[in-house]
Amino acid sequence: MAVPRQQGLLRSIEGLPIILVFVLLLLFFMWQAPSAFLAPNMYTTFLTTLPPLVLLAIGLTFVIGAGEIDLSFPSVIAFSGFVFAVLFKEYNWGWFAVLAAIASGVLVGLINGVLIAKVGIPSFIATLGTQFFWTGMAAVLSGGKSYALRGAEASSVWQAIVGRPFAEAGSFGWVNQVAVSPLWTAAICILLWFILTRHRFGEHILFIGDSNAVSRVVGIDVEREKIKLFVLMGTLASIAAIILTLENKNFFGNQGSGYLLTAIASVLIGGTSIFGGRATIVGTIFGCFVMIIMQPGLVAIGLTGSWVLTVQGLIFLLSIIFYLFVDEPQRRAAFFARFTLSASSQEIGRTKAAEKSR
Amino acid sequence: MGAIAAEATQAPAREFTSIVRLEHVEKYFGAVHALRDISLSIGKNEIVGLIGDNGAGKSTLIKVMTGVLEPTSGRIFVRDEEVDPAEYSVRMAHDLSIETVYQDRSLADKQPLWRNFFVGRQITNRFGFIDIQREKEIAAEILLKSIGFRGAGISVDSTVAQLSGGERQGIAIGRAMHYDADLIVLDEPTAALAVKEVRKVLDFVRKIKESGRACVYIEHNLAHVHEIADRLVVLDRGRVVSEMRPSEMSVTELTDYLISLHQET
Repeated sequence: MAVPRQQGLLRSIEGLPIILVFVLLLLFFMWQAPSAFLAPNMYTTFLTTLPPLVLLAIGLTFVIGAGEIDLSFPSVIAFSGFVFAVLFKEYNWGWFAVLAAIASGVLVGLINGVLIAKVGIPSFIATLGTQFFWTGMAAVLSGGKSYALRGAEASSVWQAIVGRPFAEAGSFGWVNQVAVSPLWTAAICILLWFILTRHRFGEHILFIGDSNAVSRVVGIDVEREKIKLFVLMGTLASIAAIILTLENKNFFGNQGSGYLLTAIASVLIGGTSIFGGRATIVGTIFGCFVMIIMQPGLVAIGLTGSWVLTVQGLIFLLSIIFYLFVDEPQRRAAFFARFTLSASSQEIGRTKAAEKSR
Repeated sequence: MGAIAAEATQAPAREFTSIVRLEHVEKYFGAVHALRDISLSIGKNEIVGLIGDNGAGKSTLIKVMTGVLEPTSGRIFVRDEEVDPAEYSVRMAHDLSIETVYQDRSLADKQPLWRNFFVGRQITNRFGFIDIQREKEIAAEILLKSIGFRGAGISVDSTVAQLSGGERQGIAIGRAMHYDADLIVLDEPTAALAVKEVRKVLDFVRKIKESGRACVYIEHNLAHVHEIADRLVVLDRGRVVSEMRPSEMSVTELTDYLISLHQET
């Protein structure tokens, strides 16, 4: 069970397994449902629905890479969305509404970070709590109302963030639907890719995900980096909230609820390790692509919408197993050791197999 | 390696008699009195073996010495100059050229070797972006020169998980030597290693001494530490109970002595 010391082909290109899955899935849908998947409208629609999911998933890539989890981002979609909608619509704050909404995301992230890094609450529990709190806050402050941002297209905020630069009055072609929001999202993705792979912060995040103890002894300020991490997540979630609210031209209290599992699944099928220490932004982006083409794809090939979750769940589990076996040779060895040895010698066999695989 | 090492460390090359000196250090964890009135000095080029039973305070002591833990009271001197215990940190210890190699906490498993060499003190531009090419070049040089890993199938892109236990200790010690540490603290480097690997590690420790550095060496295996140390310091329940040269006691006598410490109470 010797493991080659060189990097395998699957690791040599970032996100390769999920890119392959995406391409195969896309080809399959194109073959089975050409009318939908060979027409441009499908893709312009993706471009407007992807940005919030991608932004959330990119933030989660850092969080999960650091061995933590954030369950509170749907509440940021609600809370920051509310802050933005009310200031934009009721108070006409324009760009200041954007800044205020981002500030609210920073605040939520900061509180998460302090609870986790300074108070020492596990992130799963801390963000579960703040998730309830901020969803509740959004509901209390909005009084359960939704805010329709009618006429938002006329504002410079709408034009700059989700505008349709090619739209012409009276025309309904797909070119009209090309939005600018994917451009901002791509810019953020590229910047964060550099941060994760080439910046001190990204390296610290992966070391923290690998081991908090090692990180401390090599001199990383683990608490401070974790606070920064959750602030980053809150910030990205608030940007997602702004884009979503502007795109829908509407705010409603549970607008973030659909993102929780989809975003987490996108990150994990992309190849970021559930145990932390390894994270890939390219993988996450393609993970988002896979999650988002599934729904129209499955419907287009004739399955009912009810199948979507089932198939997503299946792909999710299969990919987790795949990554476990590819990335964690010790686990793979331990798994096979279970079948090759008698029950009594299992424990010994397991450690031996794990040692050999080093 | 000389030019690179000089560049990578900011340590001042001043004269001093002891690299670290602790005076009357006390450490409490809540009600637990982990270190009791510890006064200990580590000379410039000596290997000090720190021995004692589980819970004697060995690990706590080196953590205080290297800035991981703040002592409850007492004074710390580095190169004969007093440092403020409240400000003393791992980073500061690094700057004062004190490096620690922990048994299993020195290297991050899933990260490539070159990142492990530089994490915590990356070569970056002013925006904090890492100069990957330079880090890899220097890491490759450390691999070849200070550690002597040639043709073992290990490159700077290998992850730590792919290395054997002895290789890991070698990498960690090589990293410490690269940073021109005047003191390298080793926390049970041979624990859980095969005999052949233990030999390698002991050779690394000898290299530390040969290169004019000091070393504090925590070890359970009395034979290993007896073989290699210039001075042995025995801890028992948070107190230094004796100091000796290895020549004063054989391994067997030393074992009996340690056992006798516990029969007294």
